[in-house]
Amino acid sequence: MTHDCVIVGAGPAGMAAASLLARHGADVVVLDEQPAPGGQIWRGIEAADAGLRAVLGGEYAAGAAAVAEFRASGASYRPGQSVWNITPELDVWTTPADGAGHLRGRTVLLAVGAMERPVPIPGWTLPGAMGAGGVQILLKSANLLPQGLVLAGQGPLLYQLATQCIAAGAPPAAILDAARPADVWPALRLLRPAALPYLHKGLLLQGTIRAAGIPWYRGVTRLRLLGGDAVAGVRFHSGGQDTEIAANLVALHDGVIPAQHAARVAGCTHRWDAAQACFHPVLDAWGSATVPGLLVAGDAGGIGGAAAAVHQGRIAAADILRRLGRLDEAGRDRLAAADRRALARHLAIRPFLDRRYRPIALVPDDSVTVCRCEEVTAADLRAAVAMGCQGPNQAKSFTRAGMGPCQGRMCGTTVTTVLAAALGRPPGDVGHARVRPPLKPITVGELAEAT
Amino acid sequence: MFSRRDDPRAICRFIFEGQPLEAKAGDSVAAALLAAGITQFRTTPATGAPRGPWCLMGVCFDCLVDIDGQANRQACQVTVAEGMAVRRMYGPRP
Amino acid sequence: MAAYDLIVIGGGLVGGAIAWGAARLGASVALLDEGDVAHRAARGNFGLVWVQTKGAGMPPYAHWTRRSAELWPELQHAMTERTGVDVALRQPGGLMFCLSDEELESRAEQARRMHNESGGIGTRVLDRAEVRALVPMVGDRVVGATFCPLDGHANPLKLLRALHHALAGAGGAYLPNRTVTAITPQAPGFVVQAGGERLTGAKLVIAAGLGSRDLAPMVGLAMPVSPLRGQIVVTERLRPFLDHATHVIRQTEEGGVMMGDSHEEVGFDNGTLVPVLRDIAARNLAVFPHLRDASVVRVWGALRVMTPDGHPIYQQSERHPGAFAATCHSGVTLAGAHALALAPAILAGALPESLAPFSAARFHVQPA
Ligand SMILES: Cc1cc2nc3c(=O)[nH]c(=O)nc-3n(C[C@H](O)[C@H](O)[C@H](O)COP(=O)(O)OP(=O)(O)OC[C@H]3O[C@@H](n4cnc5c(N)ncnc54)[C@H](O)[C@@H]3O)c2cc1C
Ligand code: FES
Repeated sequence: MTHDCVIVGAGPAGMAAASLLARHGADVVVLDEQPAPGGQIWRGIEAADAGLRAVLGGEYAAGAAAVAEFRASGASYRPGQSVWNITPELDVWTTPADGAGHLRGRTVLLAVGAMERPVPIPGWTLPGAMGAGGVQILLKSANLLPQGLVLAGQGPLLYQLATQCIAAGAPPAAILDAARPADVWPALRLLRPAALPYLHKGLLLQGTIRAAGIPWYRGVTRLRLLGGDAVAGVRFHSGGQDTEIAANLVALHDGVIPAQHAARVAGCTHRWDAAQACFHPVLDAWGSATVPGLLVAGDAGGIGGAAAAVHQGRIAAADILRRLGRLDEAGRDRLAAADRRALARHLAIRPFLDRRYRPIALVPDDSVTVCRCEEVTAADLRAAVAMGCQGPNQAKSFTRAGMGPCQGRMCGTTVTTVLAAALGRPPGDVGHARVRPPLKPITVGELAEAT
Repeated sequence: MFSRRDDPRAICRFIFEGQPLEAKAGDSVAAALLAAGITQFRTTPATGAPRGPWCLMGVCFDCLVDIDGQANRQACQVTVAEGMAVRRMYGPRP
Repeated sequence: MAAYDLIVIGGGLVGGAIAWGAARLGASVALLDEGDVAHRAARGNFGLVWVQTKGAGMPPYAHWTRRSAELWPELQHAMTERTGVDVALRQPGGLMFCLSDEELESRAEQARRMHNESGGIGTRVLDRAEVRALVPMVGDRVVGATFCPLDGHANPLKLLRALHHALAGAGGAYLPNRTVTAITPQAPGFVVQAGGERLTGAKLVIAAGLGSRDLAPMVGLAMPVSPLRGQIVVTERLRPFLDHATHVIRQTEEGGVMMGDSHEEVGFDNGTLVPVLRDIAARNLAVFPHLRDASVVRVWGALRVMTPDGHPIYQQSERHPGAFAATCHSGVTLAGAHALALAPAILAGALPESLAPFSAARFHVQPA
């Protein structure tokens, strides 16, 4: 059966789009692998009690209304469904295949969000090292408070997680802040007036951390995790000296990047965004990708944050209504006008953030594991270049980087940046390894029964 | 490693490597193990290196465990259930 | 004076084996290749060193294949010695599982036919119990198999890497991003236009896979090849359960299980189709039911380089001696022969009589 729109992802972007489409009478199906709506930022919102909502802050609590609107919208919501393949004909294959196996959309909207940028530094594969987003997910979805947590890396999420832990009565043991002091001024020059509320919020977070008296090392470089079978400590350079602290739980963070595999498997063209140092699908002003009928909204199209994602979802939905013949062009433009203004406001802070928090670990040292699944180091990739590899596809054949169960999600961007540096060519030129199905592993048995 | 905020959710009992453990209903298996202080979930098939969860959102596949006899399940994507038997994965699956 | 003794066009398995085979004999060799994104069957293939069914109806091909399988251990040894890369050659024999008595009978008949045409290679028919004794995990639907002791498999990705590595070690030059656009014969030798550069070689081999079709006429050769897609399904790493080669499923030395392969005439589309993948999975589950819960981590489509009859083309240009055509579908199987038998012949300037049947003249195509 063909639906008006199949949406992948029930985060801010997917829910906002679904709610608007359903309100206009479109037949919408929303697929998400999580058990409940909310995406990453509003994860577990329906189950969160008042205390947890207070700990996580107003931005989190705001998700309750969005989820309620989505639930009431009439969109068909199918949780627990992993999408493992999307074809250029807009067939969307899911598992567990609830009898159907695949859906076809007149349009498909990918609202699959972001993933944390990998932080390839020495020791990052040891048990006890996690993404800061992962630690935050444990707080949101399981009420787990990290004890003795060392936060290392940079970016707004690092500060946000710190303040959330403080509010919950579990202040982090230390913050190893790797944001480059030299980037402050160039970043400030990119500030626009509309960005001031965001800047203000960021300063408040930093004030809270300072007031809590947490050791806060600045300008941290040469970050490495120590330990044999698990993390035992962190060594780093800051304030002109090397310091070592004991820790068995370290949250690393270096910003977030679009989850690009779904758009790639469908065949969408991508380009390298130098400011955000990651690949984006090529999109028009409505979120349409290069595959006809396929749109992308929210962080999956480029990092803009949750508030921006909501408006991007609605803007894409407006154009989907036009494609479905439910709105003419003028009606679409009217419907999206307010969202466009709001989107511009929310995106105003991006140039500052992108400049202030340029990634720290794009080109790791030789000994660092780049591909966690197949345990391929930066040195292995450089050796492949020495043998004539011109990009990630041949390098994948030669080194196995990207062949493991994560399908190259954890290493793809780093492989590109390491090869680009070794070849002396821009990352956009070097490209990304071809993404093939399945997006999520399915069993041989499931594949044998896919219909 | 982790402590638990006051949490009204019901207790859920499961088994890890033959030992009984308690989780909260609704926890992912990964959250339940981390809450119990367990960070090493598996060793890698390539070199036997120890690993534990990294992303908690289904991306990294470093949280693979054996659940009720099924090898290589993503602990962060499976909700813990009463009586569930969880084991570490050592190297490649049988 | 030409800059190179030999220019090989095409850095896949065929070109790589010939280039290294020539360089190891002391020739100065340039191996020209495209960039990262290219139709490179060498990156998408199944990795069989397969003898059992090769050359049915064409004994010279059967014999050439056997020769290659015999030369393979020497190739493997050379790769390990010169590059440290173990290309994971195993030649424990190969099985063709049959799910019905009719299938087994027709396989047996094919084996008998090949025996009569090309001589014996020890292929024999096994019943279920005999198959189980070799491969305990096979399921009940397998009624039997044919077994040929000469079959084997290797890691094709490591082979490609090792050949490139060994070429460099022997003083050859691997030159990527050199898509050849023109070849001008220039007695003696050839001028090749590639990626904005001009290279000169005394001899020339066209081993450009699917790209050969357009290049061959430039030196008076014909290479009427076309793409035939095969789709492959790969699982996560599993503990070893299958050492033997089989024509549709094999376990790599790393533990992953590869399943294939389809034969689809779809032009230059190297995508995948779920219905085809489903059939591949279902057929292999019938053979190995224990794979039901194994995770599929990757599927892909890759384009075979097919001649009209499926057999290789080897030929020296009559009009422009020194220019050679070399293409085949089974670049892994034939790597031993390409590196250790064909390359020396090309350097010597004449193909042996035994390779005469591989001339493209058999297709009655007119060389340009
Ligand atoms: C770990 C992490 C922490 C973050 N923390 C913050 C924060 O504290 N504050 C902030 O402002 N921003 C934060 N961000 C950014 C914020 O999450 C995004 O800006 C926002 O969620 C974007 O909304 P979205 O709808 O685009 O994507 P998401 O909210 O990510 O929603 C995407 C949904 O798609 C589903 N999905 C993905 N792939 C598939 C598939 N193949 N099959 C089925 N379903 C699929 C996912 O399960 C998810 O529910 C964080 C991002 C990450 C990754
Ligand atoms: S922790 Fe990353 S997939 Fe489970």
